[in-house]
Amino acid sequence: MIEAQHLVKRFRDKKRGTLPAVDGISFTCRPGEIYGLLGANGAGKTTTLRMLATILAPTEGTAIVAGHDVNKEPEKVRACVGFLSTATALYGRLSAFEMVQYFGRLHGMDESSLRCRIDTIFERLEMNEFRDRRCDKLSTGMKQKVSIARTLVHDPSVMIFDEPTVGLDVMAARTIAGFIRECRDAGKTVIFSTHVMSEVEKLCDHIGIIHNGKLMAEGTLAELRRRFALQDLEDIFVKVVES
Amino acid sequence: MSLRNIGIVYRKELIDSLRDRRTVISMIVVPIFVMPLLTIGIGGVLVSQVGRAMEEVPKVMILGGHDSPNVRKQLEQLKQVNIVPEKPDYAEEISNKQIRAAVDIPEGFDAKLAAGEPMTVKIYMYEGEIKSGFGADRLQKFFRDLRDQTVQQNLRARQLPESLIQPFTIKEQNVAPPEKVGGAVLGGLVPYFVILLCLTGAMYPAMDLTAGEKERGTIETILCSPISRTHLVLGKFLMVLTASVATAVLALSSMAVSFGAGKKLLLGVAHGAADTAMQITISGKAVASIFLVVFPLAVFFSAALLAISLFAKSFKEAQSYLSPLMIVVVLPAVAAMIPGVDLNAKLALVPVLNTSLVSKEIITGTYHWNYIALIFVSSSVYAAAAIAIAVKLFQSEDVLFRT
Repeated sequence: MIEAQHLVKRFRDKKRGTLPAVDGISFTCRPGEIYGLLGANGAGKTTTLRMLATILAPTEGTAIVAGHDVNKEPEKVRACVGFLSTATALYGRLSAFEMVQYFGRLHGMDESSLRCRIDTIFERLEMNEFRDRRCDKLSTGMKQKVSIARTLVHDPSVMIFDEPTVGLDVMAARTIAGFIRECRDAGKTVIFSTHVMSEVEKLCDHIGIIHNGKLMAEGTLAELRRRFALQDLEDIFVKVVES
Repeated sequence: MSLRNIGIVYRKELIDSLRDRRTVISMIVVPIFVMPLLTIGIGGVLVSQVGRAMEEVPKVMILGGHDSPNVRKQLEQLKQVNIVPEKPDYAEEISNKQIRAAVDIPEGFDAKLAAGEPMTVKIYMYEGEIKSGFGADRLQKFFRDLRDQTVQQNLRARQLPESLIQPFTIKEQNVAPPEKVGGAVLGGLVPYFVILLCLTGAMYPAMDLTAGEKERGTIETILCSPISRTHLVLGKFLMVLTASVATAVLALSSMAVSFGAGKKLLLGVAHGAADTAMQITISGKAVASIFLVVFPLAVFFSAALLAISLFAKSFKEAQSYLSPLMIVVVLPAVAAMIPGVDLNAKLALVPVLNTSLVSKEIITGTYHWNYIALIFVSSSVYAAAAIAIAVKLFQSEDVLFRT
């Protein structure tokens, strides 16, 4: 479960002064559902997700992630969260196995259960073929699988995906989409940011439209269609943003 | 504080760094092979050049002295010089290294010598040119011997004792132990090398583990793991420190081994010319004491470099921050080599210079324990402050996500 409570994040800029990147966002994301954060570039999606993953600290407000306050117990929050984005790269000089093992160890897993867990994940994601290959020698699709294994190794109850398909080809993007669905089906709380309308239509149970750091509209796709009397999500998005 | 977490980060960084060709080159290859090759190589070339210059029979020119066949004949019979025909442009020939030196014999030399009249023999040479110096030395020795011989003959003819002109002799006797003699030669050089190696060894890993991670996009990956940022920076810091200490230890061990081997080789070439310079004995106590004072400095360098590199957005930016730092460190390290710069309570608080000065003293066998303690404490305080700053910067979002 994720409960964002009036989250605010301001950044200092030498030329423009203090700027709010996220301006009082509140929403709830429940286990077994995918919450899609839809917004243009610079709308505040990444900053919101980074605050939920405790990579950034909120300037005001808070969020309760898997029962832990992001301000008070950031390390406990991170222990329950799997965070994946195109910015979360791999250590090129470690092998696929070592990469996942490193993060398992950082999550405090003991060696025997970590090995079992890695074996299961590698089998499930068909990664044994390149298990001992260095990450910098892997293809984009293989790298995506290593990143997925890295986020899953500690079996987190909350998954955060920040534009995970940006720059990926169709096959790699489909792998990610399939993985997001599997997380939901496994009862995990999933939040997912994107600016691609089709991804939201296909994947998300709940949609939040974010613009200039503010949550402008929220609901299921059916609810949004009813409220704005429009069928196409792109039209709905434009209407929300222009209003 | 979780040592387990720090250990996990340290272990990963160590594996990662040892697989990086650039780190291996800067941490292992350069100190083991390049540094000794450079020092011994340069030393070898120097000694062999001096040896060759000493072996050469210099071409010298006799100017004038046509009315003094005795002195000319004696000079021409000298085996240590090669007399060439007289030319008016002797100075130019010396400058062009066609001849090494020239001697101007005054008019009526033989007659004036027999009559005991005072006169001046001029030797022309090129100051600062070693082969010219050797040529001039041989001419000077000839005329000094001739003068002494004449004095002795005159004394004998007048039945006077030789002690009349030399009532006593002066002899210098060294009382310094061998390490003092060696220390005087290498006293400033060894600390300079150790300090510089500690810095260069830490430099590359510090950049790779911070700015390099930002550039490769792994910083966000590691920040979303549950490890605290303090543990993360301490694990990284230990890796940088390992590289710093390993570089210095490997380079010095390698230099010690190659110095021992090179000494025999070079002495053979130099025919004993470099013997005094190479009488070097550095005790185990000195090595341990130097390690004691240098270690906090290595800690200081590692933490400071880590903090500065973290501030950079990219590897290239980090390089532009750290390169000028070399000069900042080299200057006080070199300042310790200047004669007359001696350790005192104030200088004991100046980072780098204090370590360089006290190491120089230790190598020459002098142990001012109060200064050693003061330097250890002051360097440790600087090191602790640098670690605290590095930890603080790792908590700062402005630094971690600087765009």
